[in-house]
Amino acid sequence: MAIFVNGVIFDGVDTSAQDCWKLEAYVARGGYQALRRIIESKMAQEDVIAEVKNSGLRGRGGAGFPTGLKWSFMPRSFPGDKYVVCNTDEGEPGTFKDRDILRFNPHALIEGMIIAGYAMGTKAGYNYIHGEIFEEYELFEAALDEARQAGFLGNNILGSDFNFDLFAHHGYGAYICGEETALLESLEGKKGQPRFKPPFPASFGLYGKPTTINNTESFASVPFIIRDGAQKFLEAGKPNNGGTKLFSVSGHVNRPGNYEIPLGTPFSVLLEMAGGMRDGKKLKAVIPGGSSAPILPGDVMMQCTMDYDSIAKAGSMLGSGAVIVMNEDVCMVKALERLAYFYHEESCGQCTPCREGTGWLYKVIHRIAQGEGRPGDLELLDSVGNNMAGRTICALADAAVFPVRSFTKHFRNEFEYLIEHKKPLVDHKWC
Amino acid sequence: MLSAQSLAAIDREVAKYPADQARSAVMGALRIALVERRETGKTPEERCLNTEVIEFVANYLQIAPVAAYEVATFYNMYDMKPVGQYKITVCTNLPCALSGGVNAAEYISKKLGIAIGETSADGKYTLLEGECMGACGDAPVLLVNNHKMCSFMTPEAIDKKLAELN
Amino acid sequence: MLEIEIDGKKLTVPQGSTVMDAAHSVGTYIPHFCYHKKLSIAANCRMCLVEVEKAPKPLPACATPVTDGMKVHTHSDMAKKAQAGVMEFLLINHPLDCPICDQGGECQLQDLAVGYGNSSSRYQEEKRSVVGKDMGPLVSAEEMSRCIHCTRCVRFTEEIGGFQEIGMANRSEFSEIMPYLGKTVNSEISGNVIDLCPVGALTSKPFRYSTRAWELSRRKSVSPHDGLGSNLVVQVKSNEVMRVLPLENEAINECWIADRDRFSYEGLNSAERLQKPMIKFDGKWHETDWETALAYVVKGLNGVSADHGKDAIGFLTSPHSTTEELYLAQKLARAFGVNNIDYRLRRSDFSADAAQQGAQWLGSSIAELTATKSILVVGSTQRKEQPLLASHLRQAVKKGSALNVIHVADDALLTAVNAKLIVSPLALVNALAQVLKAVVELKSAQTAVDLAAVTVGAEAQAIAASLTGAESAAIVLGNLAQHHPAFAQLLKLAQEISALTGARFGLLAEAANSTGAELVGALPHRAAFGAAATAGLNAAAMIAAPRKAYVLLNTEVEFDSYNPQAAVAAMKQAATVIALTAYKGAGLLDYADVLLPIAPFSETAGSFVNMEGKLQSFNGVVRPLGESRPAWKVMRVLGNMLNLSGFEQNSAEDVRAELLAKGTLESAFNNALGDVAVNTAAAAGLVRIGEVPLYQADAICRRAQSLQQTADAAAPLATAPSSLLARLNVAAGKEGLLRQGSGELKVLVEADDSLPADTVRLATAHPLTVGLGGMFDSIELTQG
Ligand SMILES: Cc1cc2nc3c(=O)[nH]c(=O)nc-3n(C[C@H](O)[C@H](O)[C@H](O)COP(=O)(O)O)c2cc1C
Ligand code: SF4
Ligand code: FES
Repeated sequence: MAIFVNGVIFDGVDTSAQDCWKLEAYVARGGYQALRRIIESKMAQEDVIAEVKNSGLRGRGGAGFPTGLKWSFMPRSFPGDKYVVCNTDEGEPGTFKDRDILRFNPHALIEGMIIAGYAMGTKAGYNYIHGEIFEEYELFEAALDEARQAGFLGNNILGSDFNFDLFAHHGYGAYICGEETALLESLEGKKGQPRFKPPFPASFGLYGKPTTINNTESFASVPFIIRDGAQKFLEAGKPNNGGTKLFSVSGHVNRPGNYEIPLGTPFSVLLEMAGGMRDGKKLKAVIPGGSSAPILPGDVMMQCTMDYDSIAKAGSMLGSGAVIVMNEDVCMVKALERLAYFYHEESCGQCTPCREGTGWLYKVIHRIAQGEGRPGDLELLDSVGNNMAGRTICALADAAVFPVRSFTKHFRNEFEYLIEHKKPLVDHKWC
Repeated sequence: MLSAQSLAAIDREVAKYPADQARSAVMGALRIALVERRETGKTPEERCLNTEVIEFVANYLQIAPVAAYEVATFYNMYDMKPVGQYKITVCTNLPCALSGGVNAAEYISKKLGIAIGETSADGKYTLLEGECMGACGDAPVLLVNNHKMCSFMTPEAIDKKLAELN
Repeated sequence: MLEIEIDGKKLTVPQGSTVMDAAHSVGTYIPHFCYHKKLSIAANCRMCLVEVEKAPKPLPACATPVTDGMKVHTHSDMAKKAQAGVMEFLLINHPLDCPICDQGGECQLQDLAVGYGNSSSRYQEEKRSVVGKDMGPLVSAEEMSRCIHCTRCVRFTEEIGGFQEIGMANRSEFSEIMPYLGKTVNSEISGNVIDLCPVGALTSKPFRYSTRAWELSRRKSVSPHDGLGSNLVVQVKSNEVMRVLPLENEAINECWIADRDRFSYEGLNSAERLQKPMIKFDGKWHETDWETALAYVVKGLNGVSADHGKDAIGFLTSPHSTTEELYLAQKLARAFGVNNIDYRLRRSDFSADAAQQGAQWLGSSIAELTATKSILVVGSTQRKEQPLLASHLRQAVKKGSALNVIHVADDALLTAVNAKLIVSPLALVNALAQVLKAVVELKSAQTAVDLAAVTVGAEAQAIAASLTGAESAAIVLGNLAQHHPAFAQLLKLAQEISALTGARFGLLAEAANSTGAELVGALPHRAAFGAAATAGLNAAAMIAAPRKAYVLLNTEVEFDSYNPQAAVAAMKQAATVIALTAYKGAGLLDYADVLLPIAPFSETAGSFVNMEGKLQSFNGVVRPLGESRPAWKVMRVLGNMLNLSGFEQNSAEDVRAELLAKGTLESAFNNALGDVAVNTAAAAGLVRIGEVPLYQADAICRRAQSLQQTADAAAPLATAPSSLLARLNVAAGKEGLLRQGSGELKVLVEADDSLPADTVRLATAHPLTVGLGGMFDSIELTQG
């Protein structure tokens, strides 16, 4: 069960209440006021975008790209259809925040997308929902029905001449569809194989039309920004790291869950909120931004604050805000083996370096984990990784390489020991 | 080949997309077809997608059969192999493993007497290992028949769930 | 224009160019696999990675757009490392079975591995193996472990073939290229995937294991099949044609050829090839020598001419013969005093002959046709008539042309059609007349054709609007329109529409040399370059009023005639049937009495004139088989033996020179017609739609075994709309009885509701259906 502190999306949401997701509850929390204000005051599109820019909101999907700036790339006077697309294909291991937004506060997302549609002049939007969360997909459909009934979606929204409709698209098991162009391909009914960029979605997106894609949390933050003002959101965080952010804390903590806290909160505080280390074991390592982010040793992590800049400085990424906490019982070779398996399994298969490289990496790491490592394997891993990273269409190959590089860097002794002694240095226990 | 109910559900999917983009509904249509086969199939072979039904869906949406097949084989929740009445997919990815995901899979494996990837001899259960379901905070998590997520699956919870399915 | 520097070379390229385009324009080679100039950009192989200054990582040349001032290094350290890295990945799971691989010696992977890879492998894990796939009788996909997932084949079927028949299933390293399970690849142009595959994963099934690439010599040639005139590379070993590949010609076939062009060569090596002259006496066939056979022919012709006059002799020729052969054939006939000569055996309407003003042709170049903004195709089963042209038209549609169709069946064209009128053959004239009437109304113009009885439907309206509204327009008549009993009226109507809209109009030539046959005057009413000729009988008249003697050049009348029943009967009643043929087919053995073995296109020099009027010459690629002789030589000798003058040519070039001295090609072609009466009323009645199957079109492809195993060569069945079946009380899915004239046939009947009312579709030109009558004549259908 998620626990929320001091945030904007979950402000006032009683997640224990059955009906907290409903329109009525959302409206009671001040929902749809932002949309109403925009429409009633006939707010100019560029003013909406400027407000989002001023809030300092950075994309919550992983790359941290400024959302307002992204919106401003949409061509103004494009003659045909344009689209807004939400990325709820949350599949980055460790990340589970967007599911909770759908479960407990779907209307924040819906309102955010309507506002985005208004600001960018699009008539339709789609929310692409991760395959494994079918119940949330159905619930989101129900929320869309509510919004449609209430006149927030459809033609002449709130009596204006603004038309916008929103649909849910259900994925069916492919991590790669979290990558925005793979997501678009998938929305078009194809395999989720990322597209080469340029052209970027803003000029050639869904069905070849200008499209803006944002993460669920990014969109869901927008109603607050419009309602309470950019400044308030910005001030909740720290400079260049505006707002509060959801952190999905998993692994060896006492209270795994989502924590919506100001950017810039010290990691130690977050760990504390999550109940501290389970069974009082020692913190060994943390992956601070989803499995694709480089792992950091526990002591390095304890010096960090939870924001884009601090984590980057420490040599990792804030990514999607998935904080995977590991204690001293974890054999790093085993942990890396499991991640390498994941990337091998999930590569879309189109780029040679990724298709062949993810398999190669996994097979070598697996061999090492089995006690069949050979001298030179670590150099080999490094070299194979170098031949993958930055040489593919999308960043999955990089995502597969980052863990390998960082695990073998920070915990090299464990790998060397296993290769040399054919048995692990750490008597591994998952939990 | 598919029931009127399934076809109506597919039509609802098609209606979400622009008129000339029925292809967008292929994922939903395959999912609907799979659900119907799972609910009506009597053997593991009858519960998964086969070439006939994929081709039917392709023709229904007027796309190339091989294009629908690409989709059915790319997304790993579509059952392309014979599958038990209850397909149990346990997330064993790293974050879940740290909170008992692997243990849960092993527990079920022992309890049902089938290895991961296998279907029980009576065709009742299939046990699979899954990738991140976006629910790591609720670990151990598992999916029953793709659509029902079960959280905090401790051995006791697993026992209870399996009893329920039985 | 943008400035770019590649390896220090400065150049300017147009906006929108990729780095690969730019490199090609200065002859810089960048290694690649997935890139192909005619396919969409996939950028998946990553072999073309190059260094671009200011970019932090290497970029794929095939997909990276040039920006102004860009500096590219294709051989820098960064580029070379990236390329070597990709090469290593490509090879780790590759079987490296070059010594037994069919692609050996012409494999891009093999070539680039040497130039761009490292020598030793660091990959010590188990290699992946991928099971072979069944893609049908033409394309082998046995060794899919060799596949490097470039997806060229997938993109080809989807983008050029028009229908995705090959896909990449699964994902990650388990990705596999395959056709839909249980299905073969049925595109008429599928063989191109063999050329596209940069490795030995997709290979030619007929060619596999027959020889090594480096043992073959390459000779240029021209396709002898449809009227497109695709350019070929014919590969030869020990005087045998082993393989046929496309020769790139951007204006005609680009870098593709149709499967018929590619795989028909098997027919050249067929056991049915006639290798010695043969004469039939005492009801038996006897092999003989040329002297005896020619003496027999001369005696036969002189005998018939003495007893019955020259008019009792008829020459039936083939539009698949070379220009030189057809020229000499008509010269021989006319010099001997025979005016009955024709090449148009499948035509049924000759009423435009008197009105014809020039040699009939496409009316434009192929490139002009495909650049036309609005195209109306009348009476063409496009994909089965000129398969590659159909693909060109699909590309035209992609580039924004509107394709309009008037036809007798609603066949999938695998492309967007702007408007279509699907009518019974009996209403084809009416359909085109509707378009004319709509054009007249749109333009407030006038026409000499009486259109009072014509009612314009919505589709005709749309077609007319498309033709009049477009910047350029064209109307082309397909094979079916040319075979149609009202061909002259269709052509006349096209001309009228053209006069009002400025559209070009013309014919999609049926055969490799239909246009050449027009040019040389293998016609009863025109000699070479339209020279006046004493009128003789046309092909249909020669059958309708049977002759005493027939000279058949390269034709099997049971397959090549509008009405095979009548044609065979005419042959059988003749005193002598002299056949110059490359094959001893069952029909000829039955009705001919002398067979002279002639060389097919691969064994003689000659030329074909394609639909756009381009004369393309070629040389023989192998020596004539057995005792066969080039047909032009046989006719020259016959000329000599018949004591005719003007038969002194020493080579095909001599013949060609003699012909070309008679006029200029530029002025020879003209589709204009004088007066032709048009009857716009749509007749009623049950009528046959009897098209020529793709692989029955000519003598060579009929004998190509692999083509004969394709879906297109399946035994014909009869289809009809279910309303008709119900009315006739005929069950679908069962055998029905079809009757035309004296012939009847029991054949499987299926319902096809896309057919117009009152039509029965049943192919002609097939051994099963030769007993039936005219292709678009009335037909009876009962349960039988
Ligand atoms: C392999 C890969 C997986 C990704 N998965 C997700 C994801 O699950 N959810 C998400 O929002 N973004 C994901 N992204 C990032 C998206 O491509 C995209 O940047 C994001 O949706 C943009 O939204 P934002 O600007 O709001 O962050 C992924 C990227 C890559 C390369
Ligand atoms: S990097 Fe991997 S996942 Fe991304 S497009 Fe290439 S093959 Fe697909
Ligand atoms: S040729 Fe550029 S990536 Fe393949």
